[in-house]
Amino acid sequence: MAEPMGFYTDTTVCIGCKACEVACKEWNQLPSTNGGVNTLSGDSYDNTRQLDGTHWRHVKFVEQFPEDRQDGRWLLMSDVCKHCVQAGCLEVCPTGAIIRTEFDTVVIQSNTCNGCRNCIGACPFGVIDINPVSNTAQKCTLCYDRLQAGMEPACSKACPTKSIQFGTIADLRERAQQRVEQLHEGGEGRAYLYGADEKMLGGLNSFYLLVDKPEVYGLPPDPKMPTRNLITGSVYAVVGAIMIGLASIFHLRERGASEP
Amino acid sequence: MNGIPSSTWFTTAPHWQWYIVLYFFLGGLAGGCYFLAAVIDLLGRRVDRPLARLGYYVAFPAVVVSGLLLTIDLSRPLRFWHMLIERNTFEPMFKPWSPMSIGSWALLIFGLFTFMSFLAALADDDRVRRPALRRLQRPRLIALRAPAPLGRVVAVLGGIAGFYIAGYTGILLAVTNRPIWSDTPLLGMLFLVSAASTSAALLVLLAHRTRLQLPGVADLHRFDAWMIVLELIVLAAVLVSLGPVLQAWMNAWGVLLAVGVVILGLLVPLAMSFRSPRFDAANVTLPAILVLIGGLLLRIVVVMSSESV
Repeated sequence: MAEPMGFYTDTTVCIGCKACEVACKEWNQLPSTNGGVNTLSGDSYDNTRQLDGTHWRHVKFVEQFPEDRQDGRWLLMSDVCKHCVQAGCLEVCPTGAIIRTEFDTVVIQSNTCNGCRNCIGACPFGVIDINPVSNTAQKCTLCYDRLQAGMEPACSKACPTKSIQFGTIADLRERAQQRVEQLHEGGEGRAYLYGADEKMLGGLNSFYLLVDKPEVYGLPPDPKMPTRNLITGSVYAVVGAIMIGLASIFHLRERGASEP
Repeated sequence: MNGIPSSTWFTTAPHWQWYIVLYFFLGGLAGGCYFLAAVIDLLGRRVDRPLARLGYYVAFPAVVVSGLLLTIDLSRPLRFWHMLIERNTFEPMFKPWSPMSIGSWALLIFGLFTFMSFLAALADDDRVRRPALRRLQRPRLIALRAPAPLGRVVAVLGGIAGFYIAGYTGILLAVTNRPIWSDTPLLGMLFLVSAASTSAALLVLLAHRTRLQLPGVADLHRFDAWMIVLELIVLAAVLVSLGPVLQAWMNAWGVLLAVGVVILGLLVPLAMSFRSPRFDAANVTLPAILVLIGGLLLRIVVVMSSESV
């Protein structure tokens, strides 16, 4: 197995140019929405809005403006599949379409997925959705095809500010930690890393440098594995089954006295 | 968390809608009816065997329709077999920790049991006199049904599989990261109890419609009253376990749950069975229909309210 590879996204230097979105769409031949006709969100400069089956990269525009618009702040973050070390989507997938690659990334095989959509609800980050062209669940592959050819993913290659950095996880974590220290020294005490250690789902192979709470960026503060409910849910169901079984035996069994 | 009650609010809805709701309802009825029929066959009176036959007559078609519903719900329906066979290696696909994976196998296995019991019930039914069935060697088919030794094995294993089908759907919802579904571990238990209740109601209703006057019908009616009580307790436990997530039901879904499921689907039928404790076949139709509607509404509320978050 090759060394684990991933992304480190420094949101403080993202300028919201969406070059990563475009590069991703071009390389992965993803269709435009609405047949290419312009669709405006109407309440934001962000017109692609979310990650889904045809948006594997998405630059979030967090527009923090008060009603009177006297003050304001932009938070920009290029979001993508987190390639979790403990991946909920991979865990529930009933067809085996979702695999872990030699680069420790998570990839959906489009020839195997039958569109049951279990992974969509299982992903703690809302990354996956159905691609209406293939009618299969799709998401970022961390450019598996480019990685196999020794190339870097299209998005990080296109990023003009090095907000998206690609490399080995060990190297990226070191770089990210240095950047946090640099920001702290420079007076930006809010900077921290999201998902850069094993505490979050065993580690996110795409992790982030943020300067506000995760939920401000639309990220869950405590993402969990879907299987956390498997054992407790099954135990309760078995308890229910025993109660139903006993009640049915009590009511439906042949009783000598009541036999006509 | 800025007014967001749970991390499950950051996830995407899997577009599980009407086909899935209907499957949850029909799968529950198939599993529950088969289980009740098996208990009557194994432990009940011999005179109640026609009642058990009704259960088998419901279970098999309901499983067939369930399979069809699940297949057409796939975004790629022709790939339904990928659930059972790994597409690239052609080896069996089985993930014991994925409820959908075990559920696919369970539906197949339960389908085989319901098919055997369906044929045995047809062969056993004096009113069915089809030449085709006669050619199917009636005595051999009847051996598939209790009290024949092989039939006992079929009833026990099929009953367990039926329970599995009725209950795993709630666990399938719990093993995601979606609002409500994964915010309580009790949905499997809730769906299971609801399946037992709706199945008893359906058998009482069908027995009444086909003019079967058997002591077992009154037994099922009383059994259903207990299931309704149990379902009320489990539903209350679900509400408590949801905690702050309950705000997802502070809208029309909550009203539908309170009025449609709790009052009309549970409390009214329960009150009606207390008012006339002596079983009266003429008075069972309305409560049975209400229980069935309540069971369907329960699944609509649980599935659709999360889909709309």
